[in-house]
Amino acid sequence: MSNDKVGAVLVVGGGISGMQSSLDLADAGFKVYLIDKLPSIGGVMSQLDKTFPTNDCAMCIMAPKLVGTGRHHNIEVISNTEIESIEGEAGNFNVNLVRRPRRINEEKCTGCGVCGAKCPVEAIDEYNWGLTRRGATFIRYPQSVPLKFMIDKEKCIGCGICQEECKAEAVEYDQEEQKFDLNVGSIVLSPGYSMFDPSLKTEYGYGRYKNVVSSMEFERFLSATGPFAGTVMRPSDGDIPEKVAFLQCVGSRDSQAGSEYCSSVCCMFAMKEAIIAQEHSEGLKSHIFFMDLRAFGKEFDDYYTRAQEEHKIKFTRCRVAEVREVPETNNLIIKYVEDGEVKEEEFNMVVLSTGFRPPENVKEFAETLGIDLNKYDFCSTGVFSPLETSREGVYVSGVFNGPKDIPDTVAQASGAAAKASSIISSERGKMITPKEYPPERDVLGEDPRIGVFICHCGINIGGVVNVPDVVEYAKTLPNVEHAEHNLYTCSEDTQKGIKEKIVEHNLNRVIVASCTPRTHEPLFRSTTKEGGLNPYLFEMANIRDQCSWVHMHDADNATKKAKDLVRMAVAKSRLLEPLYKLELNVFQSGLVIGGGLSGMTAALEMAKQGFEVHLVEREKELGGNLRNIYHVLSEKGEDPQKMLKEIIEKVKNDDKIKLHLETTVKSIEGFMGSFTTELSDDTKIEHGVVIVATGGQEYKPTEYLYREDSRVLTQMDLEGKLAKDEIKPNSVVMIQCVGSRIEERPYCSRICCADAIKNALKIKEKNPDAQIIVLYKDIRSYGFREDYYREAADKGVRFIRYDDENKPEVTKEGDDLVVSINDPILGEHIKIKPEYVVLSAATLPQPDNEELAKMLKIPLSKDKFFLEAHMKLRPVDFATEGVFLCGLAHSPKFIDESISQACGAVSRACTILSDEIMELEPTISEIIDENCDGCAYCIDPCPFNALTLIEYMRNGNVKKTVERNEAACKGCGVCMATCPKRGVMVKGFTLDQISAMIGAALEVV
Amino acid sequence: MEEGAAEGVTQEEEFEPLILAICCNWCSYTGADLAGTSRLQYPHNIRIIRVMCSGMVHPNLVIDALSKGADGVLMCGCHPGDCHYLEGNLKAEKRADALFLMLEDLGIEPERYRLEWVSASEGQRFAELMKDFTDTIKSLGPSPYKMY
Repeated sequence: MSNDKVGAVLVVGGGISGMQSSLDLADAGFKVYLIDKLPSIGGVMSQLDKTFPTNDCAMCIMAPKLVGTGRHHNIEVISNTEIESIEGEAGNFNVNLVRRPRRINEEKCTGCGVCGAKCPVEAIDEYNWGLTRRGATFIRYPQSVPLKFMIDKEKCIGCGICQEECKAEAVEYDQEEQKFDLNVGSIVLSPGYSMFDPSLKTEYGYGRYKNVVSSMEFERFLSATGPFAGTVMRPSDGDIPEKVAFLQCVGSRDSQAGSEYCSSVCCMFAMKEAIIAQEHSEGLKSHIFFMDLRAFGKEFDDYYTRAQEEHKIKFTRCRVAEVREVPETNNLIIKYVEDGEVKEEEFNMVVLSTGFRPPENVKEFAETLGIDLNKYDFCSTGVFSPLETSREGVYVSGVFNGPKDIPDTVAQASGAAAKASSIISSERGKMITPKEYPPERDVLGEDPRIGVFICHCGINIGGVVNVPDVVEYAKTLPNVEHAEHNLYTCSEDTQKGIKEKIVEHNLNRVIVASCTPRTHEPLFRSTTKEGGLNPYLFEMANIRDQCSWVHMHDADNATKKAKDLVRMAVAKSRLLEPLYKLELNVFQSGLVIGGGLSGMTAALEMAKQGFEVHLVEREKELGGNLRNIYHVLSEKGEDPQKMLKEIIEKVKNDDKIKLHLETTVKSIEGFMGSFTTELSDDTKIEHGVVIVATGGQEYKPTEYLYREDSRVLTQMDLEGKLAKDEIKPNSVVMIQCVGSRIEERPYCSRICCADAIKNALKIKEKNPDAQIIVLYKDIRSYGFREDYYREAADKGVRFIRYDDENKPEVTKEGDDLVVSINDPILGEHIKIKPEYVVLSAATLPQPDNEELAKMLKIPLSKDKFFLEAHMKLRPVDFATEGVFLCGLAHSPKFIDESISQACGAVSRACTILSDEIMELEPTISEIIDENCDGCAYCIDPCPFNALTLIEYMRNGNVKKTVERNEAACKGCGVCMATCPKRGVMVKGFTLDQISAMIGAALEVV
Repeated sequence: MEEGAAEGVTQEEEFEPLILAICCNWCSYTGADLAGTSRLQYPHNIRIIRVMCSGMVHPNLVIDALSKGADGVLMCGCHPGDCHYLEGNLKAEKRADALFLMLEDLGIEPERYRLEWVSASEGQRFAELMKDFTDTIKSLGPSPYKMY
């Protein structure tokens, strides 16, 4: 590895994966170049309406990350860009890139959108999968980052209208392709995926029948920003469908389609679409045709149950043979086999759950980067190196290394960020250049002197609102010293002008009346700061989105409303106070609880990042469940026990890791940045973060004669006996879902299907003639594990389905073990006398999770695993800041998934550990001690446990009051709304400030 | 006849209510922005106040607004489960129950206060809500506390 390492990372692909990697890296002190081949970031998630299993609005939960990425001072978003070649090695790469011309100057474009609205061209809108039209001058979606338009040269007719209309003079038709280099230390690949082309499955009629659509198209139908504004309509005639069929595994688990793997997410995706469609359109009936229902993720089976019981979605287990159109009605007839009978059913619409394919042009991409692909052309990785490509210094996350859902992607994205930064950890903070600001003017005690800057936004505001009139009005408001109008308030020259006006008029408050603070407040706050004022002395009025754009045909009332909004902003502005970022001291070390694979991985990764870490394990030995794993399903044939030894050696020899064996955690006090922990041996440790990696355990069955007969084993027992050559079975019956997917434990244990297949193959390897029968409910060999399911079936392993009404029975006849089961295909009761019965037992949460949960003030899920901050986008974070989660403690998962999560938890932890001092937003709550009487009403409602009741002596009396933990408080203000005594205020949104706005709104002018 | 004429006059000077919409930053205010970028037209009677969370709005603020002449107050938060602060919106929902009792005491029609969920992608819904709530308030007539 080169000695001159570079503290910058190139992230390729700006979907949710690339954004998460970028944010983690940037927060941990590295410079990030995020490139995307599209004109804006956001990836596929930006096209989703809702996300399973919470049915969260995708845009709602993604927007903060989108905006955060766009405005982060350590992230440079470079759109329309692809890699041409790479030289150098891990630690120091030189990357040659090429950027397609946007034909609109990014510096000048304000994103106002007049060009797009006036463009006469109607081109296919790829964002809506071709279901709507857009101009040749366009933006991918309304919340695009960067919010810059682009001219599609292929579609542009060169009429020149956009150039005439653009008041910012941003149109540059003659922009050319641009080549440039970047010097980075490591690279993260998250190029995403493409979708299977369903027209290749001619039997389903996609492309021929209008009412056969793909699942991604249907997602746009459901979206409020989609082609039908959220109304589910049939493409053929706009009718609202009454019956919709969902066909699973279209281009997945299909050797004819060349994609034998399972796409992992479509089962959940289809259920979600069916549920949301039924919500949108009352009376709609959905019917899902599937092979195995693969709801293997955390709380996914509950979702499946709700889909059946609450939403009455019909599920039929079969592969649909054919879809036929009824020409008169454009309805569709589905032909399928159920219970051995050929059936036909008519639907108004058919949704094809199309599978994931590798990204387009993946072979050239891999060649350019010098990385290996697997046999399906996804990125090749190993079980113990899930984030590493074959090229050192180049890491991977997201669907590019295998189909996966959003939470797994986000955990991997964080994990890849940890990997990418650990090899350049010595360069942390070196490529970051903090912005220099002039000294801040002290305005305390001054009367408010307000400057109001009102934006025409080209013609976006000025075309409707009488801006000069609003300016004249603003001048009449109390404390307004200066008011003016600007063509674009956000343009470079106006920014300069605002700074000059601050000095010239000795202003101490700035108001901009223009667009939305969600996108522009950071810019104007920065301008305010550059003008020598505290950035929190800035306020905005949104007279574009709330006046000119929504009252386009009512100029008088739009103008009147703009005046009102300015008056409200002035009223609040008068009460603004300077606020200062809070600084938190950080102990730059970590505590990892649990010394299994996840915990050891987390400790090693944290050490690689340069931080000291305490690893606490209650047992004598490290290794946890990995000690019982002897083989894995993998092309590369990794030996788990050899890997385990190596990992343990590394942990023991790393002088940054302080190992505490046979030790438990007695107590943990403190908060993000400064925790103090006491261990069972009375050792006290100070640390800035906690990673919970306490693992899980295999269920010891009480059913099927386990413990009564030594020939009844669990999969883990079997694996050990096979590895040690203790047994060589001739006949085995495996029973799946023992202790999982039952009433008292409704979740799927995720790993048992592949484990059963793995052990079945092992038996076959030792004894090809062995008779193996697997009794199952659904085979959930998701992703590339599907290959081994097929291999097992090819080698003669029999898979027989059972359902809850017909569970297998294990009895003894004399000395023989007898398994009885109804074979649904043969339709008869069969009896088997195997040599061994092997139970695929559930993975259980640790029984003492509750204790640790209380200690750390973190929640458990209903299944008693730890519950993360957000199931979709914060899979390894807890709502309690500074505490992170990985491995089986989160939910059952495989080795590679545990490693990804462990690395992810470290990446998230490093965003806190990266500096001795951490800056926090000041817009959090503040206790007004003289008003607080210690009633404690606020304490329980606080969602972040940030408030504590305390007592202190004041003038010889005990005074009760509440203390706010600044590291935990997020400024939601639930306390403020609960307090009967005005004893707590959220800075920037105090009762007085909101009240002033209300008062101003009610003033009649 | 005379009565009919009087009615005609009131119709010409149609009551234009003054309505406050308090919107949370993360979902509803974003939904309002989307209504804007999508150029969805809705009544001009609404003045939006941005707060970080619907859960931060003290019931006294709502009572204050309604007793000082606001003809209606519409509180908009994230759909349950979407709250940026986990459950602030649910707190707002609980407070709404208490608010209705207070409104009853003040003799203010309960229809003048409404709590609604609007997501970041529901620009259309936001605009429709604004129309719907404005219509409701128009049919109620001016607030009994209107000072002018």
